[in-house]
Amino acid sequence: MGLKIERVPAPLWVRPFIPVAAVLATFLLTASLVILVRANPLEAYYYFLIDPLSSRVSAIEVLVKATPLLLTGAAITFAFIGGYWNIGAEGQLYAGATAATAIGIQMQNVSPWLALPLMIVGGFLAGVLWALIPALMKVKLAIDEVVTTLLLNSVALFCVSALLNGPWRNPISQWPQSPEIAAAAIFPRLIPRSRLHLGFLLAVIVIIVLWFVLIRTAFGLRMRAVGLSSEAARFAGIHVERTMLISALVSGGIAGLAGVSEVAGIHYHLIDAISPGYGYTGIIVATLGTLNAWGVALAALFIGLIDTGAQTVSRALGVPSYLGDVIQATLLLVTLGMLLLQSYRIRRQERTV
Amino acid sequence: MTDTLFVTFLIGLIGATLRVATPLIFATIGELYTERAGILNLGIEGIMFLGAFMGFAIAAQASQAGLPGYLWLGLLGAIAAGVVMGLLMGFFSVTLGVNQHVAGLGITLLSIGLSLFGFRLVFGESSVLPSIQPFAQYSLFGDLPVLGPIFRQYLLTYVAFIILIPLAWWILYRTNLGLQVRVVGENPEAADAAGVNVYRVRYLALALGGALMAVGGAFLSLAQLGAFTPGIVAGRGWICIALVIFAKWDPIRAMWGALLFGGVFALQLRLQTLGLQLPFEALLALPYIVTIIALAIAGRNVAYPGAYLKPYRRE
Repeated sequence: MGLKIERVPAPLWVRPFIPVAAVLATFLLTASLVILVRANPLEAYYYFLIDPLSSRVSAIEVLVKATPLLLTGAAITFAFIGGYWNIGAEGQLYAGATAATAIGIQMQNVSPWLALPLMIVGGFLAGVLWALIPALMKVKLAIDEVVTTLLLNSVALFCVSALLNGPWRNPISQWPQSPEIAAAAIFPRLIPRSRLHLGFLLAVIVIIVLWFVLIRTAFGLRMRAVGLSSEAARFAGIHVERTMLISALVSGGIAGLAGVSEVAGIHYHLIDAISPGYGYTGIIVATLGTLNAWGVALAALFIGLIDTGAQTVSRALGVPSYLGDVIQATLLLVTLGMLLLQSYRIRRQERTV
Repeated sequence: MTDTLFVTFLIGLIGATLRVATPLIFATIGELYTERAGILNLGIEGIMFLGAFMGFAIAAQASQAGLPGYLWLGLLGAIAAGVVMGLLMGFFSVTLGVNQHVAGLGITLLSIGLSLFGFRLVFGESSVLPSIQPFAQYSLFGDLPVLGPIFRQYLLTYVAFIILIPLAWWILYRTNLGLQVRVVGENPEAADAAGVNVYRVRYLALALGGALMAVGGAFLSLAQLGAFTPGIVAGRGWICIALVIFAKWDPIRAMWGALLFGGVFALQLRLQTLGLQLPFEALLALPYIVTIIALAIAGRNVAYPGAYLKPYRRE
């Protein structure tokens, strides 16, 4: 009897274990860096994974850090499932943040019941708008969306920078920082005296809607069909262009919400460093979450945990907090490689000769 | 009087354009070779960053040890790091054949993370930015009157324009290796049938590309700045991605694109120092917007390499 590797989809129960195995492999790989700083890897991982959850304050901080990642992760998932490689979530986030700021500044003497929905809808639409050009170029002209969405990220940053150095520049301090949004436009706290804000609830709702649309609706089925093979989907009578356009635009909108949430929930004004790359981290979250709504939720929480832990490790052991970034990037690559395992099976084979 | 001022301004601008274009040329040629072999390496932004860091870190250490050729050691270190990252990209995109966009971004994130981690490790958290004596600028043609500032350049700038561009063109179109790269990127099945090792050529292109991207990054820290800062690359890698398409995957056109962008960038820098209040961001965003418009106009006629983004499986 021997073992044989076949190129056949692995049984379904294997799938959830792949990200778990990837996490373990990543920690093994990055342990070398911890040892390089002459710290104990086990101790470092205690600070990364357990310590942030041991106090109420830092556990809430994990949720705060996870909020934009839940949204960008959901945005990327929505696009990738539909076979649209949206690398532009970062730019769409900035578009949403800009719209939220523009609306929020105007909301003096307005009820929050009007201000908050306006900002959320406005930010969503701005994200949609920023996603529109590459999406149209993709479905009308078959132009690869990866490069166009990527380039528009830089353009979005320049637009924000032009606003902050131009009309929105603080007239007194001359800082490139927009005026504060009105009190009515600030997201209320979910837990008093913490940084956890309405944006987290918004993100949870988006995840639930994501799950519902992907799994429970005909549109979700069409999206997945287009993502698996657009030719086969077209043959089955699915309107491929329309399906792809919708998934690209909704993805942009969700990324826009991440921008709204950061402006209205954390900063209360626009700065050009409003995102340290949440749009790109969203790709890590979506990949680690295997493009599945609950997986994305877990992955966002996990990355939020590592982000919080990185600060703790740095304080406690003197390991540079950038170790968190290295871990996240390694995790992305390892997961990407290990996901190949789901297309293989190991079979016992009777020797027939 | 204003005429001489204008001439001085123009001469200075041309000199600055060549300097700004240099790192773009190195990295763009690197990406061009990689894409010609059929692989989009979005690791470029990170590999430039890693090149800038490795070059600076090694040069700073060697300089402290009193080694005379410390800058060249730094450059070699950057090249080695670029090759390693290129090969790692090869492992994912060639051997495993996974999604190239995601793998490339993974390489970028990993390279940036490792560089920042390494910077803290080597230089600690000092408030003074460590710096080195960077490469000197000099004229290969002696001190010319009036035109002097154009020719007073870094050696790497001369290398980029006089050696790299013609060499890249010649290798790509006139040598067997260049032919192999192009065939592997256009039609890997045919290349394989003709006895070309598709995997090896792609790995080679990625390693070469990674080395050139890293040199582009190292130019920033070892020549232009003499220091390393987290904002040192600032999206130049993405500009190169745009330039490769803009240049329709041709080295000579890539040079013109890099010069065009270098000119725009140098111009806005000069106007800004003159104290002009203009929305400079509009100028800076121009190369991106021009590329997107060029793509839109060319539409379905954009001649991507035939096997662009397609992993090759030998069945």
